[in-house]
Amino acid sequence: MSRSIVPATVARQPWQVILPLTALVLFGSAVLYSAAGGHLQPWALTHVIRFVLFLAMAVVMSRFSRELFKLGSYPIYFAVLILLVLVEMLGAIGGGSQRWLNLGFMTLQPSELMKPAIVLVLARFFDALPAPMTSSWRGLVPAGGLIAVPAAFVIIQPDLGTALAICFGGFVVMFLAGLPLRWFVAGGLAGMIIAPLAYFFGLHDYQRKRVLIFMDPESDPLGSGYHITQSKIAIGSGGIFGKGFGNGSQSHLEYLPEAHTDFVFATMAEEWGLVGGLFVLLVFFLVLRWGLGVARKAPDRFSQLLAAGMVATIFFYAMINTMMVMGLAPVVGIPLPFMSHGGSSMMTNMICVGTLMAIDRWRVRPSGLS
Amino acid sequence: MNWKAIWRMPTTSPALLRQSFERRVVVLGAVQGGLGVLLASRLAYLSVAQNEKYQLEAESNRVNLTLIPPRRGWVLDRNGAPLASNRADFRVDVIPERLVDADKTVNQLGQLLQLTAIEVQDLKDKLDKAHGFQPVEVKSGLDWERFAAVSVRLPDLPGVVPQRGFSRFYPTGPSVGHLIGYVGPASAEEYEKDKNPLLVTPGYKVGKDGLEKHYETLLRGQPGARRVEVTASGRVVRDLDTREDVPGKPLHLTINGPLQDYAARRLGLESGAVVVMDCWTGDLLAMVSMPSFDPNSFADGIGRIEWKMLSDDDHVPLRNKVLRGLFPPGSTVKPMVALAFLEAGLSPDDATNCGGGLRVGNRVFHCWNHGGHGRVDMAKGIYQSCDVYFYHFAQQIGMDKIAAMAKRLGLGQEFPLPVAGQSYGTVPDPAWKMKKYGKEWAVFDTVNATIGQGYMLVNPLQQAVMASRIASGLEIMPRLIHGGNQPQAKSMGFSQEHLDIVHAAMNEVVNGRGTAGRAKLPVPGVEMAGKTGTAQVVGLNIGRGKGGLWKHRDHGHFICFAPFDKPRYAAAVVIQHGGGSGAAYPVARDVMTYLFDPGKAMDVLLEMEKGWGGTPQERMAAKYAFYASQYGVSAPVVSPQAQESAVAAADEPVAPRSQPEVREAQAPAPEPVVEVSPPPAPAASPTPAPTIVLPQ
Repeated sequence: MSRSIVPATVARQPWQVILPLTALVLFGSAVLYSAAGGHLQPWALTHVIRFVLFLAMAVVMSRFSRELFKLGSYPIYFAVLILLVLVEMLGAIGGGSQRWLNLGFMTLQPSELMKPAIVLVLARFFDALPAPMTSSWRGLVPAGGLIAVPAAFVIIQPDLGTALAICFGGFVVMFLAGLPLRWFVAGGLAGMIIAPLAYFFGLHDYQRKRVLIFMDPESDPLGSGYHITQSKIAIGSGGIFGKGFGNGSQSHLEYLPEAHTDFVFATMAEEWGLVGGLFVLLVFFLVLRWGLGVARKAPDRFSQLLAAGMVATIFFYAMINTMMVMGLAPVVGIPLPFMSHGGSSMMTNMICVGTLMAIDRWRVRPSGLS
Repeated sequence: MNWKAIWRMPTTSPALLRQSFERRVVVLGAVQGGLGVLLASRLAYLSVAQNEKYQLEAESNRVNLTLIPPRRGWVLDRNGAPLASNRADFRVDVIPERLVDADKTVNQLGQLLQLTAIEVQDLKDKLDKAHGFQPVEVKSGLDWERFAAVSVRLPDLPGVVPQRGFSRFYPTGPSVGHLIGYVGPASAEEYEKDKNPLLVTPGYKVGKDGLEKHYETLLRGQPGARRVEVTASGRVVRDLDTREDVPGKPLHLTINGPLQDYAARRLGLESGAVVVMDCWTGDLLAMVSMPSFDPNSFADGIGRIEWKMLSDDDHVPLRNKVLRGLFPPGSTVKPMVALAFLEAGLSPDDATNCGGGLRVGNRVFHCWNHGGHGRVDMAKGIYQSCDVYFYHFAQQIGMDKIAAMAKRLGLGQEFPLPVAGQSYGTVPDPAWKMKKYGKEWAVFDTVNATIGQGYMLVNPLQQAVMASRIASGLEIMPRLIHGGNQPQAKSMGFSQEHLDIVHAAMNEVVNGRGTAGRAKLPVPGVEMAGKTGTAQVVGLNIGRGKGGLWKHRDHGHFICFAPFDKPRYAAAVVIQHGGGSGAAYPVARDVMTYLFDPGKAMDVLLEMEKGWGGTPQERMAAKYAFYASQYGVSAPVVSPQAQESAVAAADEPVAPRSQPEVREAQAPAPEPVVEVSPPPAPAASPTPAPTIVLPQ
């Protein structure tokens, strides 16, 4: 029925993901509207506008061919890497901590772009790698290098959260590429040994403090533990149905820090309660399930790895953020996709969605050999 | 089997890789789903199971309860005039805990409030010693401009609390300092004892001394409260509700406010005490100890300059001499002793011959008049204050009867008054001496006690009670709180005849041939009866009592009542180291005059104050200015002056066991000759026998 009325190009769009996403973004902008004290500015309106712009970008991306993705993978990766080095240097010269470029309508953090770029380049790498080499060092070492270099630059910014996201995306692609499991087990063991060493020698004082406070937020109720404590108060006080739209005292009276960015989930949960929280989780479930479906149905190895890597990137954002606001993870600066106000994260996540949409199309109209 | 395939190393073909991918995507999906379930259950746990707890915490975040300090109950005099009231004022406090950069804030406040360098330094001193949420007063009594200057800059001044409130005001300042006490911020100890949040509310003061402390619960009232919604940074968003405070209850005293003030001012530069009582009802009309402190300036804690002024003053302004000063009463006990003689059956006409001294054992006890009084009967013994008369008959009557009479009339007694403490002194008798020193009572002890020396120590209040009981023949109890049912005083059981004899002799002291001729009241138709007393402080080998070192001079006493024929008012005046009774009775005369003719008395006072440099308040202000210019901020001489230590020092006069006058008074003990007359006698006794040296 719809086919007859709706133009084919419109009907072909993957509405099963666009509709939930739109609902989530609108819900997010309602939360931002409330957080701004009942005003569209400065957050709610730009949030929607950005989503519309980036959705258009995703739709355009979805029409790119697999060859274009393959062709662009290394140039994009190195371009982003150079940008990363560049802002790092500019930041060092300027003596400040500016790690972003001002694009006018938004500020761009190159480290954000690196999250999809790392997935793209690794998918391309394992696609090109002859199958027998997958289980040899020639599969491991170059891939490890591709992850380690940008991660190192991001970590010295210092931005632990983004560095972890880059590593996570990279590792998931390596895992799915079929690298021997024992490497991951060995890596996990090594990590368990290195983690305490890194904690004592690698982390900045404030990062170390955050980890400590994550273990026991009440130990520092007015300092860094404040974030977690106030966030839990906001979520817990919301109850099942929340305090009602515009009635969140924690966010409106500024007890909740970063109420419109990293802690937007808490802002939402205070006013919408458990019901709102489950809705958000449900949308992520739908989006991620669709993404994994795209990956499983993907026609070839490159698309498989690319799709699954993109899903992992979105997943990592959503999981770390929600765990953080609920006191299950230390405070790291990671926003909640499609809800938090912020251009860079919206762009990154829409790039992931756009890529998944493209892969979805390749299955329908396969181009090239599998 | 499946797991083995994943586990196995050679996954070499594209087909195998594809299989492995599919398996691993399922694993990834399962992990994601598992974490999703974990998150959902965590969310449910927080918002359902823990909901109540977090709702409470959100509410305690949102709502800030500010206590509104209750207005303190007024202290009123017998006619309803305020002795302590509240003044609406603007004040600024700081809460040390909330200060971010204390030095910067203090300096900024100094500029905004136009504080002097000394005030800024005092504030820093107080902040150094302060801790926690105990507010520290920066300044009260501000005008609107300065208050507003701070209020508008609040966002830049964390920890600063400007307030409209009420502060305690004592219209007559130092005159009521010892009587009423003062108020101040609760100390850490007081907060420990009574965890009332009101105590750490900025602007709230508790009674620290005197009646303010004793009637704290009556005067306190109920705090009001303001519930406001605040942001995390403490900005008030809106008022939720306000409960008005309930002012404390007024305290109605028997004190006659103007008289109290007059007496305090009349004491002038002397260190002394005045007690005036109504001898029908026992109402205390005035209870003055000077020099005093100004309770108004104590309310915000003592600054370094004030502290130095107080600690430099050898007149001990912090000691309430009415209740805490113990003095040998000297000859003011003679009417009492005479009454004891009469009760014991001695005829008032029985006389002895005074030749200027009396040999007791192997010592000669001198009369103050070394020339001798000739034939002395009871009346002459009182109005001429002849010591030999009393030496002689006291030995006949015995100490037990005299001591009993002293106690009946109030000496050595503690009265049921709402005060922090009374030093009740000593009325010695043989049993007491045996208990205290393990020695037999000796005849010279009787001789000493009978003229109010030796072990005999009393406070001015007891002297006033003694005067009023002798005047009225009623068992007067001093009262400080007005109202209630006035107890009808019982008769002491003296025969009116005896009283008349003593009254007549005391009248003669002032209006006849007595020792206080200049004490005659300038009020026609009102005659005052009295008795002088001069108490030696140190032996004649150290000082003569009339001049020399201030603290070696004799104490001057005077007890009196008026009108002589129909006693209404009784009074006692003590001038510490006044050099003799001559310092005391003019004060008594003027105070008594004030009761009958205030105008006349005031004229006399104003004339005198010109010579003294103004009222006590004016003199204190001048002294403060002098000290400020002398020592300034840099005064290193000042003791460490935590609020606590200053307050503790202020409490010193009421410390239970401090009776410093005792030692002074006992010092002259070996020297039996007491009443030192203007022509001073040479050495008292040629060979002071070692046996009469008092123990200790």
